[in-house]
Amino acid sequence: MSLVSVQNISKSYWRDSQEIRVLTNISFDIAEGDFLGLMGPSGSGKTTLLNLIAGIDKPTKGSITVSSTDISKLNESELAKWRARHIGFVFQFYNLMPVLTAFENVELPLLLSKLSKKERREHVEFALQIVGLGDRVHHYPKQLSGGQEQRVAIARAIVTDPTVLVADEPTGDLDKVSAEEILKLLERLNTEFKKTIIMVTHDPRAAERAHKIRHLDKGELS
Amino acid sequence: MHILKLIFKNMLRHKLRSFLTVLGIAIAVMAFGLMRTVISSWNSGVEASAANRLVTVHAVSFIYPLPLSYQDQIAKVPGVRKVSFANWFQGIYKDKDQFFARFAVDPDNFFDLYPEVVVSPKEKEAMKNQRNGCIIGAKIARTYNLKIGDLMNIDGDIYPGQWQMQVVGIYHGRDETSDETWMLFNWHYLDEGLKQASPGRAGQVGWYIVDIGDPNQRAAISAAIDNLFTNSPAETKTQTEKEFNQSFVSMSGAILTAIDVVSFVIIGIILMILMNTMVMTARERIREYAVLKTLGFSSSHLVSLIGGESLLISSIGGALGVAITFPITSGIHKVVPPQWFPVFNLETMTVVLAAASALLAGVLAAAFPATRAVQTKIVDGLRQIG
Repeated sequence: MSLVSVQNISKSYWRDSQEIRVLTNISFDIAEGDFLGLMGPSGSGKTTLLNLIAGIDKPTKGSITVSSTDISKLNESELAKWRARHIGFVFQFYNLMPVLTAFENVELPLLLSKLSKKERREHVEFALQIVGLGDRVHHYPKQLSGGQEQRVAIARAIVTDPTVLVADEPTGDLDKVSAEEILKLLERLNTEFKKTIIMVTHDPRAAERAHKIRHLDKGELS
Repeated sequence: MHILKLIFKNMLRHKLRSFLTVLGIAIAVMAFGLMRTVISSWNSGVEASAANRLVTVHAVSFIYPLPLSYQDQIAKVPGVRKVSFANWFQGIYKDKDQFFARFAVDPDNFFDLYPEVVVSPKEKEAMKNQRNGCIIGAKIARTYNLKIGDLMNIDGDIYPGQWQMQVVGIYHGRDETSDETWMLFNWHYLDEGLKQASPGRAGQVGWYIVDIGDPNQRAAISAAIDNLFTNSPAETKTQTEKEFNQSFVSMSGAILTAIDVVSFVIIGIILMILMNTMVMTARERIREYAVLKTLGFSSSHLVSLIGGESLLISSIGGALGVAITFPITSGIHKVVPPQWFPVFNLETMTVVLAAASALLAGVLAAAFPATRAVQTKIVDGLRQIG
């Protein structure tokens, strides 16, 4: 049984009275523990598709089921709670809170849980150890390199043990060495910790790490 | 970490901006407090009016005197307990700038009608027995370094001539709202002087102060007093002491209204200062709010973050403003001659209003940026370049 099921998804935007179709009749499934790479040229709709799966945008048509929940039927409030529980998001530009330390940034999603302070600390320390930043807990984002910032962002994404880890161009802002480290980390999360990962990238070397690759072109899967 | 810590850290993100905003609010709150204090000081005489005191003046104008003979007639009106009288003496002490209220008063019972003027029986008796005896307020004594036994030479203007009074007592106010800047002297000294210098003006008083037992009977008693003197050469107008004092304050009505309006304009300024900061802050953080939403934070969390920061800034600014208003009010009271503002106290209600205004501004200033942050779609927020 698939963990993520995308059925006949279409997404359009309206500019004045003109409809701009971004995605057209997309259907595919992702099994639990999979590592899917979404590739395609700029403007092909891959980030839009990722956003729909992550529940931060809504399809114009079709349905998306994640772990038996049809998220296209959830309202904003329900979606927020669902994301907190099921989605770990890794952004291209890390998007860490500059006023918070690495520890506090990773702890942020746990503030929405009922965990005690002690439990939160244990979870955060564990997540930071996994990404290899156990010695940088009190550093602020500006005191870290790009690669380290992205590793903190990954720790933030996995600290709640989400159902799906989605990554939007996670190596897009990194040098080769750092990008390689991040890709190794994602690979480890998939193989060692059995995390289901969906990664958008236009970098063929990054896509090589995925078990499956789907190509998008002009809003359609090829 | 708690959400409050994030609010606090966000506030300190732009330290200079936050500091200037807090300072701006503090100064505005202080200005608001000072203006309200000026207004309440101006109205202090009205507020301190006793409900059981009526004032009877000449029906044509306060400046015309009334015959002394009215005292006994008024005393016989049912409901009247005691009747005293006073004259506005004015005069010049040292020079024209040294202004404070000088009254010639009935030494027999004036103090019985003014329990807020606290003076010892011995001093009252001294004024009664000494023709040129006077009792001065404690603030006047401090200002001019006067003590019992000192002489005060006054050049008469309304009542021409040289008048020499001797301080026989110093009174204190019953509480901080009581005026301690009066000079009260024996009316008989004035009357005897007039008998010699201008006999036609002798035997007259400026106004009567009437003590009534039941304030609810004031309308009936006022009418009864005025009816006594209908069609006489000196018809009377009797009113409550509050109305009497109000008639003086209303002469400055336009200025007071202007100060009143400006004091509330200041609340608008507080709001604008804070709103400017919060709108800038929220606009810069639209992307961060989108990230928080992605992590699962709800609209109410964002409202708490933005509202909390706004309230934190306004609370600090408001608290600082109120804190500096106390010493500044006190400093002004010390520097300004006491007769300008006999009572100049920062009232509890003013403090409450100032603090509440700052907090209200905190809430209102957060409304627009919070609404915007909540309504911005995550995908649009993530596209923002912060």
